[in-house]
Amino acid sequence: MSDSRKPDGKVLAESPVTDLFENGRHPSESEKQWAEKTLAPSLEKGPEKPIGAPTGVNVDEHGHARYTTISGLPIRRLYTPADLPADWKYEDYLNYPGQPPFTRGIHASGYRGRMWTMRQFSGFASPEETNERYKYLLAHGGGGLSVAFDLPTLMGYDSDHPFSEGEVGKCGVAIDSLEDMEILFGGIDLEKTTVSMTINSPASILWAMYLVVAEKQGADWKKISGTIQNDILKEYIAQKEYIYPPAPSMRLVIDTFEFGSKFTPRYNTISISGYHIREAGSTALQELAFTIYDGVEYVEWARRRGLDVDEFGPRLSFFFNAHNDFFEELAKYRAARKIWYRLMKDRFEAKHQRTWLMRFHSQTAGVSLTAQQPMNNIARVAIQALAAVLGGTQSLHTDSYDEALALPTEEAVRIALRTQQIIAYESGVAQTVDPLGGSYFLERLTLDMEKGAFDYFEKLDAMGGMVAAIEKGYPQKEIAEASYQFQRATEAREKITVGANDFVVEEPAPNILYIGEEVAQAQSKKLKALRARRSNDQVRCCLDALRKAAAQEPKAGKNGQVSPANTMPFIVEAVKAYATVGEICEALRDVYGTYTETAFA
Amino acid sequence: MSPDRKIRVLVAKPGLDGHDRGAKVIARALRDAGMEVIYTGLRQTPEMIVNASLQEDVDVIGLSILSGAHNAIVPRVMDLLKQNQMDDVLVLVGGIIPDQDIETLKKAGVAAIFQPGTPMDSIIEFIRANVKSRGVPATT
Repeated sequence: MSDSRKPDGKVLAESPVTDLFENGRHPSESEKQWAEKTLAPSLEKGPEKPIGAPTGVNVDEHGHARYTTISGLPIRRLYTPADLPADWKYEDYLNYPGQPPFTRGIHASGYRGRMWTMRQFSGFASPEETNERYKYLLAHGGGGLSVAFDLPTLMGYDSDHPFSEGEVGKCGVAIDSLEDMEILFGGIDLEKTTVSMTINSPASILWAMYLVVAEKQGADWKKISGTIQNDILKEYIAQKEYIYPPAPSMRLVIDTFEFGSKFTPRYNTISISGYHIREAGSTALQELAFTIYDGVEYVEWARRRGLDVDEFGPRLSFFFNAHNDFFEELAKYRAARKIWYRLMKDRFEAKHQRTWLMRFHSQTAGVSLTAQQPMNNIARVAIQALAAVLGGTQSLHTDSYDEALALPTEEAVRIALRTQQIIAYESGVAQTVDPLGGSYFLERLTLDMEKGAFDYFEKLDAMGGMVAAIEKGYPQKEIAEASYQFQRATEAREKITVGANDFVVEEPAPNILYIGEEVAQAQSKKLKALRARRSNDQVRCCLDALRKAAAQEPKAGKNGQVSPANTMPFIVEAVKAYATVGEICEALRDVYGTYTETAFA
Repeated sequence: MSPDRKIRVLVAKPGLDGHDRGAKVIARALRDAGMEVIYTGLRQTPEMIVNASLQEDVDVIGLSILSGAHNAIVPRVMDLLKQNQMDDVLVLVGGIIPDQDIETLKKAGVAAIFQPGTPMDSIIEFIRANVKSRGVPATT
């Protein structure tokens, strides 16, 4: 973005004819003529009106209406060839799908050969109940599974720990040991089903459980495919489900990279996530920039370990939000692919094309859902999902309309899945690759997003990387500021949220899914029985061995093996001995300690 | 309230959940409205919250809970406040609270529950209308 495009926008035109020259545009003679002969008289008759209250960001100092994306980027009235760079050339800037810089997608034939995976994030209450929901989703045409864990599991506490009180099974499924994981995937063929697991700080433990369940089913590790989120950096930045300090947390992540590249070549060992950064209130650009820069940080750490970027690079995957502002989202996805290609090729000198490809999952924006008139969320989700599809997503979760109120009911989940199916099979948008490519507006926005992201990268490089920036609180503060500004604009009704700050009605509350305390009792009972049944000596032995490995500095493994200090093999052994999530995390807490962020608000 | 003393608010995030967008936005809005705000940060136990409220001598406690743990956490906070003779502190809960739990929380002594979509102004007005004077007014 040039300075004149900044949201504080002091350099703004006084007339529709002069604003043709903003941002260094060189309008053609015909565009100038159009502005004078057609546009000016039209504006004379009917001046432009802002969308939302005519205050603050919606009106400039000359009294003209201003238009911005949901993130506050200024939007022009009309985009024409004058908005493209002077050296615009199709082959350089866009090129064909499946070819660098991948702006138009990573597959030459788009969705024709393979539709995106409809992957609904789901998990609640006990492993038994969640297993039922998974079978329901697969029976209704869901293409893959995505596990939501409850907060005690995410934070590495067993269901019977005092900190778990009131939280068991509430925000996801409660998993304490391998036993629960066996129940969770009972009757589901893990060699044929791809499973994504939203787990971060204890990712290696839940992944080890998954691998052991798959092995017990007779599945070949070389064939199983799926994703663990395992993105600890965005936890410090946004979602805040961290346990250990950043450095040992990064080490655990790199351990999974190394283990995965040797033993599970089709499994994505990380999903570098912008979703939570956006949900915490960031702009689209911040989501893009911080997420990709998190990716840079992981690659830096892996290379420092001595891993080869072309070996682990292809297993890095991404996860973006799909928010309300349709074109801004599309630009974000297209820019993301292009930026990742440039970084992998130029900054990290990756040689193989598969290392250059950004593959991503997307999920519609939970933060955009309203508790008021919740059925309206069905429309929001459809528009957001359409943006993700047109942006070339590899898989998609659509939120259910009741998710501002509670975890979704089965009916709400079905409508969310049906929304994807309508886009895929009725709308026609999946029939051609990148159908909006070449739109002057979209291409300009894509270029601006790309430029904005590299500007952020420069700042982050200067701070010494993402871990250093997090310790300074930089991304956290950027996001908090954006979040507050959006809330302010909403309260001033400069930004409209239908049903919440405009078009409001009184209405009865919908039926919601209610989860009581029974799950906690059942899980605690299971844990007690497990601890009485298993060999506690063996558990102790496994955890001691893990502590020892965790305390050592790992170097890259040799001869197709992982480092002797890689924690993964030790975690797999502990899991097999039925050590619990809480016990394994506690062993690592003994070695690494815990992290507390400096609170600011 | 003495006009000399700013309203003191403790904004707290109890439980294991780390989703702090709402807590941070409200902390800043209350501060912009002229109140003194102490934000506790994440993962505060009821004991930590009540201790901080005592030490900071606050008039208002705002608890942000989105995880569904409110039925376990809120009554414990209320009990501890009573034990410490702090029942005159105005306790507010914000977040994802199902309608069916509202009565129980109010019976436990919560003054108001703010569900998603509540304008910040209405929270500010509620605090100004309902806050009771506590302790010795600050001298100026």
